[in-house]
Amino acid sequence: MGSYYDDSQSGPFAGGEASSGRMPGRQPAGSFMGRQTSSFAEFLASYSPGLLPGRPFGAPVGPGAGPAGDGSALRDLPHATTIVAATCHQGVVLAGDRRATAGSMIAKRDVVKVFRSDEFSAISYAGTGSAGIEFIRLFQVELEHYEKMEGRPLSLEGKANRLAWMIRGNLAAAMQGFIVVPLFVGYDEDTDEGRIFSYDVLGGPYEEQRFHSIGSGSVFARGALKKLYVNDMPVRDTVLACVQALYDAADDDSATGGPDLTRRIFPVIATVTADGFRQLPDSESEEYAQQVVQERLTSPDGPAAPLHMSS
Amino acid sequence: MPFGYVSPAQAMRDKAEYARQGIARGRSCVTLQYEGGILLMAPNPSTALHKISEIYDRIAFAAVGRYPEYENLRKAGITYADITGYQFDRHDVTARSLANYYAQNLGTIFTENLKPFEVEIVVAEVGEQPDGDQIYRISFDGSVTDEPGYVAFGGQADQVSAVLKERYSPGMSLTAAFGAALAALSASGNGERVEIKASQLEAAILDRTRDHRAFRRILAARLEGLIRDSSPDSKTDQDTTAETPPSDGDGPAQPV
Repeated sequence: MGSYYDDSQSGPFAGGEASSGRMPGRQPAGSFMGRQTSSFAEFLASYSPGLLPGRPFGAPVGPGAGPAGDGSALRDLPHATTIVAATCHQGVVLAGDRRATAGSMIAKRDVVKVFRSDEFSAISYAGTGSAGIEFIRLFQVELEHYEKMEGRPLSLEGKANRLAWMIRGNLAAAMQGFIVVPLFVGYDEDTDEGRIFSYDVLGGPYEEQRFHSIGSGSVFARGALKKLYVNDMPVRDTVLACVQALYDAADDDSATGGPDLTRRIFPVIATVTADGFRQLPDSESEEYAQQVVQERLTSPDGPAAPLHMSS
Repeated sequence: MPFGYVSPAQAMRDKAEYARQGIARGRSCVTLQYEGGILLMAPNPSTALHKISEIYDRIAFAAVGRYPEYENLRKAGITYADITGYQFDRHDVTARSLANYYAQNLGTIFTENLKPFEVEIVVAEVGEQPDGDQIYRISFDGSVTDEPGYVAFGGQADQVSAVLKERYSPGMSLTAAFGAALAALSASGNGERVEIKASQLEAAILDRTRDHRAFRRILAARLEGLIRDSSPDSKTDQDTTAETPPSDGDGPAQPV
């Protein structure tokens, strides 16, 4: 499997001393000069593969290197849970709950799983917490690195494809249970609309229409969004629909956290529009969460869809 | 060396002479502090081949000399900064360490290669406060100088620097700084001014107030506006801080 863990590959992107296609004349060793690729992850694989996510420092990842015992150590790692995304009028909304679980325990109440990946995109993840954090850090650097090297940002499809390639690179770790599945959203400047890309452990991307959800509570969140989603909604309504969906996920899935009014912990919500990435400040996400919670006091199952029997 | 003996001292002198001549053929570039950050400006007719670039969140790069050589250095600097920031934290990438990195590499290239790099570069970092701003100039042989306030480098660096010295004052506005930089770049050897149009100018700022990435190019309309607002119909820097209203429709007033 060709992946960025595979340091042995040859070719123009291998990055090794022998094949890096240096400029004429000698250049200092270890000077990063004469590089032929604008990918940070590819460079990292040749420079210091131990820095790649999910890979023990200096130790190879391969079959038989799995966690010892019955895998309980793995189960006890914090896992991030539910993420929802929905497109809106000229943009897209991404929201995540705040819970991380380790087995049946709540590992963290205030974990953040929604991140800015660059000016016009956002990324979130479900799966192993530590691997996910490293993975997202690498992806953020990857996008910015390309933009600086080339003097222009990657296209939205380019970013989505790049992410797929990086997930594939994580396959060996995923096979041991360190699974990270991202959900990627962005504003497409060419078509003036928000777009959603989902992935599996082998990569992707799968472009999703209208809305999508990942993680343990995704089944419930997606069901809720299906009933609440309206095409081309304004941003505010879409955010509200996402918060409702997260509430429904928390209602039925033990690993998803609802709005925590006592500790004032609310979902992390980000919007990506023509104005760029924006993460809602706590005060604003609190408003949405408070409204949802207040409504649920009178109708605990949330808004009901009106039904009309066609006669 | 096929013939004869060349002393190391002579070899170094020859290399330095060669590099200096190469750099002297090109235009100059200026970098200076203003109240809200750092301004970088260079005459450059190309919109695609940049002399000024972003390296990291609060660090910019400007270069003169041979394009393929400084482009190579620019990319290497980005790699150095990104790997340092990825390994540690984004705050751990500093202009000082980047300047040292460049100095080391340019020094090695100068001593070990037959042909030295014909480049001069500046690494600038904008701080949280004006006194945290840093400007470093790195020469073809790897020597580094810390340049507080302003620096001119490249082809006619001495003339450009003289004008800049006259016009620069700490804490000046962007318009005033822009005017000073423009005046400096358009100063030619015989005391005449060469007018530089917006299409021949590359300018960028490190904006102190911006979160995350401080680097911004000044493009098209804003560039035209700044050229107009900073048009040199005043001789002292006090006057340039007040924005001169554009004479309607007739463009900037011509210098006397």
